[in-house]
Amino acid sequence: MTEPLLDLRAVGVRLGDTPILRGVDLRVGPGEVVGLVGANGSGKTTLLRVAATLLVPSAGEGSVLGAGLKDDARFDVRNRIGLIGHTPALYPNLSLEENTRFVARLVGAPAGVVGAALDRVGLAGARHRRAVQCSHGMQRRAEFARLLITRPDLVLLDEAHAGLDRHAADLVAFILQDVRSRDGGAMLVSHEHNRMEPLVDRVVELRNGAVRAWEDGA
Amino acid sequence: MTGFWTQAIEVARKDLRTEMRTGEVFLITIPFGAVALMLIPLAVGTDTPLLRSIGPGMYWVVVLLFGVMVALRQSAVEAGPQQDLLSLLGIDPGAQFTGRAGATTALLLAFEVILGPVAMALYDPQPRGWPWIAALVVLVAIGLGLLGTLAATIAGSIASSALVPLLVAPLSVPILLAASQTMDGLRFGNTILGWVLLLVTMDLLLAVAGVLSARPLQEASR
Repeated sequence: MTEPLLDLRAVGVRLGDTPILRGVDLRVGPGEVVGLVGANGSGKTTLLRVAATLLVPSAGEGSVLGAGLKDDARFDVRNRIGLIGHTPALYPNLSLEENTRFVARLVGAPAGVVGAALDRVGLAGARHRRAVQCSHGMQRRAEFARLLITRPDLVLLDEAHAGLDRHAADLVAFILQDVRSRDGGAMLVSHEHNRMEPLVDRVVELRNGAVRAWEDGA
Repeated sequence: MTGFWTQAIEVARKDLRTEMRTGEVFLITIPFGAVALMLIPLAVGTDTPLLRSIGPGMYWVVVLLFGVMVALRQSAVEAGPQQDLLSLLGIDPGAQFTGRAGATTALLLAFEVILGPVAMALYDPQPRGWPWIAALVVLVAIGLGLLGTLAATIAGSIASSALVPLLVAPLSVPILLAASQTMDGLRFGNTILGWVLLLVTMDLLLAVAGVLSARPLQEASR
């Protein structure tokens, strides 16, 4: 049996006295893309942070890319995880090209990939513009360029379609197709169900911190 | 995957490039530092022997106070999403610390060099032993750069930047004491080796502490 990329078993997260996640069971296998829906405050972002190993659960167990959620081994698999969160992880006073080059240099990618990645996400003409001067959609595209360079095995997209025009939304599809073709996996959160559904293999819903079967329109 | 020093250099380069864009240290902190140095002579008046005597101490205190601001500013550049990004790129937290401390040290060095002539003009400390003074300036910049970065990292892990001055003040005492005493030693021809060794020891201790505590502090900040 193929080992899952992400395997959460009865995972719980509490912030102070408040339970954010409760008994979450979730698996993402190789080549699988899972959609995650839920109301605001249902715990979607927290779940993505647990999957990214950035948050250690207070209950339950599981693994990400073979590393235990609470083990030090999780530090070694982090560079195989790509997370795009609510707030863009860009340095506001650096240009889009400088932001992308910074990442490329840190992961030891050849210099040529920066221009190619920015071109692929449609930012070639804006590459000298500082991140702070760019729209949310452009910042998102710059983050997609980062994923094209790092090519993570597990892609986690929070609010995957927020602020994106049609062309940028196609990039989401391209990135998911790429990760699938490499037997990687992905989990994406989106409130735009009609855009998300064609991209995913299945959808799960988080309701009050627990996973429920999803019924569209419920 | 890149090595420790490549990662540290890239982080430092990014911080220095950000400073070049915003100019916050050079356009804001340095002018305020010069004003702070000017306030004491205004209060003391033209008592040249007194100014000459307190000058080096005042200079190092101003370097400390504004050095903390430089370290804090550098840390503010690295907010939550940027920290997550570096973690998910697999960047060694120790390399992140080294890079940030390196950039802060470079900025502090520039701060010291620019304010040095201002202090000379205002206090006329009649320094001697320029090679030693050059080494002293570098050692203090390294010490305060490391200390400020470490304090900002600790404060980040408990989400309270208000603690930074409380953390920095006691730990900076050996550095400031050694710097002032070295200047006095050079002026009066006393031995300075012990004070220089104290500075080197402090720099090494802070570097080791910063690198070793980087991972636990980073994880605690989430």
